[in-house]
Amino acid sequence: MTDAFPANRGHDSTPIKMESRDLSLYYGKNLAIRTISMKIYEQTITALIGPSGCGKSTLLRSFNRMNELIPGVRIEGKILFHGEDLNAKDVDPVAVRRRIGMVFQKPNPFPKSIYDNVAFGPRIYGYKGDLDTLVEQSLRAAALWDEVKDKLGTNGLELSGGQQQRLCIARTIAVEPEVILMDEPTSALDPIAAGKIEDLLQELKEQYTILIVTHNMQQAARVSDLTAYMMIEEEDRSGVLVEYNRTNELFTNPIMESTQDYITGRFG
Amino acid sequence: MNRRGENFRSDANVFPGKPLRSLQEINPNIRRSYRLGKVFQWIAVAATGVAVLVLAILLFDIFADGLSRLRPSFITEFPSRHPEEAGIKSAIYGSIWIIVLTIIVSLPLGISAAFYLEEFAPKNRLTEIININIANLAAVPSIVYGILGLTLFVRAFALGRSVLAGALTMGLLILPIIIIASREAIRGVPGSIREASMGLGATRWQTVRHHVFPRAFPGILTGTILALSRAVGETAPLIMIGALTFVPYVPGNIETIRDVIADPIALITFAPMDGFTVLPIQIFNWVSRPQQEFHVAAAAAIVVLLVILLTMNALAIYLRNRFEKKGPQNR
Repeated sequence: MTDAFPANRGHDSTPIKMESRDLSLYYGKNLAIRTISMKIYEQTITALIGPSGCGKSTLLRSFNRMNELIPGVRIEGKILFHGEDLNAKDVDPVAVRRRIGMVFQKPNPFPKSIYDNVAFGPRIYGYKGDLDTLVEQSLRAAALWDEVKDKLGTNGLELSGGQQQRLCIARTIAVEPEVILMDEPTSALDPIAAGKIEDLLQELKEQYTILIVTHNMQQAARVSDLTAYMMIEEEDRSGVLVEYNRTNELFTNPIMESTQDYITGRFG
Repeated sequence: MNRRGENFRSDANVFPGKPLRSLQEINPNIRRSYRLGKVFQWIAVAATGVAVLVLAILLFDIFADGLSRLRPSFITEFPSRHPEEAGIKSAIYGSIWIIVLTIIVSLPLGISAAFYLEEFAPKNRLTEIININIANLAAVPSIVYGILGLTLFVRAFALGRSVLAGALTMGLLILPIIIIASREAIRGVPGSIREASMGLGATRWQTVRHHVFPRAFPGILTGTILALSRAVGETAPLIMIGALTFVPYVPGNIETIRDVIADPIALITFAPMDGFTVLPIQIFNWVSRPQQEFHVAAAAAIVVLLVILLTMNALAIYLRNRFEKKGPQNR
């Protein structure tokens, strides 16, 4: 049988950051994703692609336990973070989310000043250092500093969509996570704003492990090192992992037929 | 002729096999729908007109009756056997006491309950039962709260016919309304804000404290003021617990700020335990008198009550508009 998951065998001898092992997730009685095993490598951008409803976002949100905010969610299998079970009884989900940050589909800045948006995370952690410096660093890292340095007191909601999304990235960076999960971060943005975020991802990769869900295959091809293709199983509508490979391999020489169908636009 | 230069002439049939219709020709179904729409519109206008007219007549009648009695002395004098000397001082003080104590009793309880139910409570059968019961409680007739207040506060807690007993009863009466209004306001805070906060590693409490509460607060405030204005107009439960109808003093005899400074302890010890009356009861009392002059006094008191209610509702609307302008609500 052909192995459709070469990326699970290793990636340029990069250390493994996170890993899902036979992960299944139920919403009530409905199986949303089924026995997904994939390894996420350090300082690598991994893209999750696939048709709507295939469970990409569900999988993504499992990686920092955001799913358990939804009533009736149950998981089977394991998620490991540095080899530790993320869902172990003595692991606090709040601690998990401090190390594995998240950027959402729709820019969702707090209705507060730009400064307070970035400072919120460090403040609730009781950050002792120089907050002004941290805010500046985070905004610089999110390539937003030059645009907002003279109006840090302005409400975050007054920025443009693309700026708002970079503010959300800055906010996430400010708490110094190790992994950043991104759920279609550019789908609500125009192409120019989206392009800025894509450029930003390449810089962030130097420091962070990034897992990104995207609807846009060109985007996955442009920004990611590894790509995972998910699809919906016919009989029970659950999401399964079909193929996980180097991005250029997956797009130019897909192993599975359904991957081929999807990337050539014949399906989904 | 090339495609771009082609003219769509009105006599050219673009879809072969389908008869061409002019734009002036209107489908009979649409014509009927238009007519129905017009009819409905007129019914709606008439219904609104009736409601406004009745209110206008009522207001006109009351103002015509009561305006002659509205002098400063009407507000600064205690009630009296002589209708032309009678005033509503004790009733106004009583009403203010009831409002303030009711806020103190019901606001913290109501907001806490609303936050618990919306943000912290597990979604199970018990919560479901609680939800249904709160909705039911909001619909219980106020006289029933009066009976409860009489049994519980006046007798069992031995508070007597005091301001405190009245405020506790009123507090219970409006508690469900405050809870429902607050929950509505909390639910209005977009989920994306909660996700953003939790995603940053904030705890549930930090999320509520820093994001949900500040955004829900204007809505909570508005709902609370509207609930309070209901309490201000309530008569039945206070009559039930035995609020007095003739009160020639104010609770604790505290009339001015100077009295408060002179004996601040009395404000929280004696005054809440004193007897009281409120505006609606004073009105009720005067209306049931045979003398015409008392009816005039009642009309004047109604005007005062209406002004108070109008002010409270205006405040609620003002606060809502003011806070809503601060940021888009649905992001």
